[in-house]
Amino acid sequence: MNNKLRYPYNNIQLTFVVILRVLIGWYFLYEGLAKVFTPNWTAYGYLVDSKGLFSPIFRSIAENPDILAISDFINIWGLVIIGLLLILGLFEKLGYIGAAALLVLYYLAHPPLLNVEYLFPTEGSYLWVDKNLIMLFTVIVLYLFPTAKVIGIDRLIFNKNKAKH
Amino acid sequence: MSENNINKETNSNDLSGNNPDNDLQHKSDNSVKDKPVSQGRRDALKALATVPVLGAMAYGVYKKRKNELVNRSAADMFRFPTEISQFVPSLTDGQTIRLGIIGSGIRGKQLMEGLGFGTPEYVQDLIQQNRKDSKNTRYKDFLEQEDLNIRITAVCDIFDYHAEEAIAAGANINREGVNGKFGDRPVRYRNYKELLAADDVDAVVISTPDHWHGQMAMDAIIAGKHVYLEKPMTWTVPETYALRDLVRNSNVVFQLGHQNRQIEAYERAREIIEKGLLGPITLVETGTNRNDPNGAWVYDINPEANPKTIDWKQFDGDPDRIKEYLDYMTSAGLSKYIGPDSRDKFSLERFFRWRCWWDYSTGLSGDLLTHEYDAMNQILNLGIPGSASSSGGVYFFKDGRTVPDVLHTTFEYPDKNMTMLYSATLASQFKRSRKIMGHDATMEVGSSLTVTIDPKSDLYRERIDKGIIKTGEPFYHYVPGQNVDAVTSATELYFAERGLLYSYVGGRRYNTTHLHLREWLECIRTGKQPSCDIEQGFQEAITAHMGTRAYLEGRTMYWDADKEEITRG
Repeated sequence: MNNKLRYPYNNIQLTFVVILRVLIGWYFLYEGLAKVFTPNWTAYGYLVDSKGLFSPIFRSIAENPDILAISDFINIWGLVIIGLLLILGLFEKLGYIGAAALLVLYYLAHPPLLNVEYLFPTEGSYLWVDKNLIMLFTVIVLYLFPTAKVIGIDRLIFNKNKAKH
Repeated sequence: MSENNINKETNSNDLSGNNPDNDLQHKSDNSVKDKPVSQGRRDALKALATVPVLGAMAYGVYKKRKNELVNRSAADMFRFPTEISQFVPSLTDGQTIRLGIIGSGIRGKQLMEGLGFGTPEYVQDLIQQNRKDSKNTRYKDFLEQEDLNIRITAVCDIFDYHAEEAIAAGANINREGVNGKFGDRPVRYRNYKELLAADDVDAVVISTPDHWHGQMAMDAIIAGKHVYLEKPMTWTVPETYALRDLVRNSNVVFQLGHQNRQIEAYERAREIIEKGLLGPITLVETGTNRNDPNGAWVYDINPEANPKTIDWKQFDGDPDRIKEYLDYMTSAGLSKYIGPDSRDKFSLERFFRWRCWWDYSTGLSGDLLTHEYDAMNQILNLGIPGSASSSGGVYFFKDGRTVPDVLHTTFEYPDKNMTMLYSATLASQFKRSRKIMGHDATMEVGSSLTVTIDPKSDLYRERIDKGIIKTGEPFYHYVPGQNVDAVTSATELYFAERGLLYSYVGGRRYNTTHLHLREWLECIRTGKQPSCDIEQGFQEAITAHMGTRAYLEGRTMYWDADKEEITRG
């Protein structure tokens, strides 16, 4: 039996990895809901204020009202859905991939480069490494240490299939 | 911890997906039959273990929203049922208006650009800027600026170089760079009176030095031309009355060039004050801070300028106006402010930097105080002050100028129980906001508005006590082009104050000069009164003159409203 355990966690390990998953889910979900509840919320300012190598792409999104509307929609509901997936442990891996994708975009839009200042005031001081990058790698690590098939709705979905074979 | 131990502890946490079944099989030997049911429950519990987290978030979000809604209802009084209507004057098809441009120096060129006519070099430069930096959209903005259905048929400037530029701009009907296809060249007139006599001119835009403003406007009205006149309205006090009489008794549409009239936020500011949301207003603080030679009127001297390319005689001014100026200066004992050069003596400095000498200028009062005053007059309906006192001096630019570079003027409005302070320096560009201070709240007025509630307010007492209104921070923020939201985030505030997001009217970026000219042209077509008409202009001019005289004479100037006279009290 022991040979079959690919990701053996003890209870404490499991508990804290699940808590981390839920916390990141919470963060995403509330970021999304806060935008849902802000009338006419838009990432316009954030995108216009983009710096670094990829800034022309982000600025061009801001400058095209149609594309901006689509990007705002995807951002808001992406955050909400990813948050729900991670908290509930539903399609966990999909949730991590989505979260990582958004975090990569946030990092590239506002990379903490040398000699770059943003209008958006940040609550810390960063050089190359910022909280987006740390969260991105946290999400990657979580992807490699999944938990939803033990604690999460994935347990019901995936285990049932396995039981049937 | 031994390996065995770990395995023992973790056997139910297997993530292969097989564990529950395995576990069950292994245990089935020595456990009771109802184990599968209990296992099913355990499965469900583990599957849904994190769902209560959503409940916690729902509770948190509900509480937070409720809190915000309370704040929002506290700010209800700052909600306005209507969007500010029509801040961009609509364009009727109407007639094509034929314009004459009198004076095409720095400001004249800007006005032509506001009308949609730039020199090919100017347009080329915009294209170049855009090529260098794709963020720079000034070229696109210029191309997208609406066509005003006008033609520039005539130009007049007494400096050949400026005249040629105006001709090139007037012919650049397709807004092209160098080597573009140009339209008919406007006729150049050497004397503005010849331009005013031309039949193919319906209206004129006057942007000459201050000492010519009133006279040219009067001559234009007599010639039956509509007038857009740069501020300040007049150079001498007597011509102020004469110009007003002429406009009142004519059918021309007169607009004074205070493009600030087109700033949407001022209209909202006016509504807030009319609703009494600031409480009794006792002090208004305005000012000017600039800190470079250009801001202090030390403009470049064009290398092509010389007595042959400049009509110095015409530059000097109208003899009647000069007499009024000299009469006042000598009678008030102010001879030291005249000159020091003789008016006859050709001077490139005086030609390009005329704002530095009273012989042609109205100083800080006429050039910059007028903008501040007009903004406040628009918002507060100030009218002419009861009195004005001024102080200041030439403290930094000791380049031979007679006009001060530091000036403070205090205007008293005893009928309104308030003071307006204007404070300026041309040697520091520290940012000072315009503030309208009331007993209940203070409003800062820029391209956006911020209202901060006063801790000692009576009007908001109850709400402050209940903690609904916080007094230390901006309570209401209005950003043009955005839906009004009383509880704005710090970030949004930050953006707005830096003008990054919202230098827009109704969601589009506009040049206010374009809007102000556009309003004037539409009034010509529709017969309506423009926003900065002769009555507003008269108030502006008298106010500025009172401030100037108070400085020159070193004593308080009073306004006798019955006699409509500036007096020394």
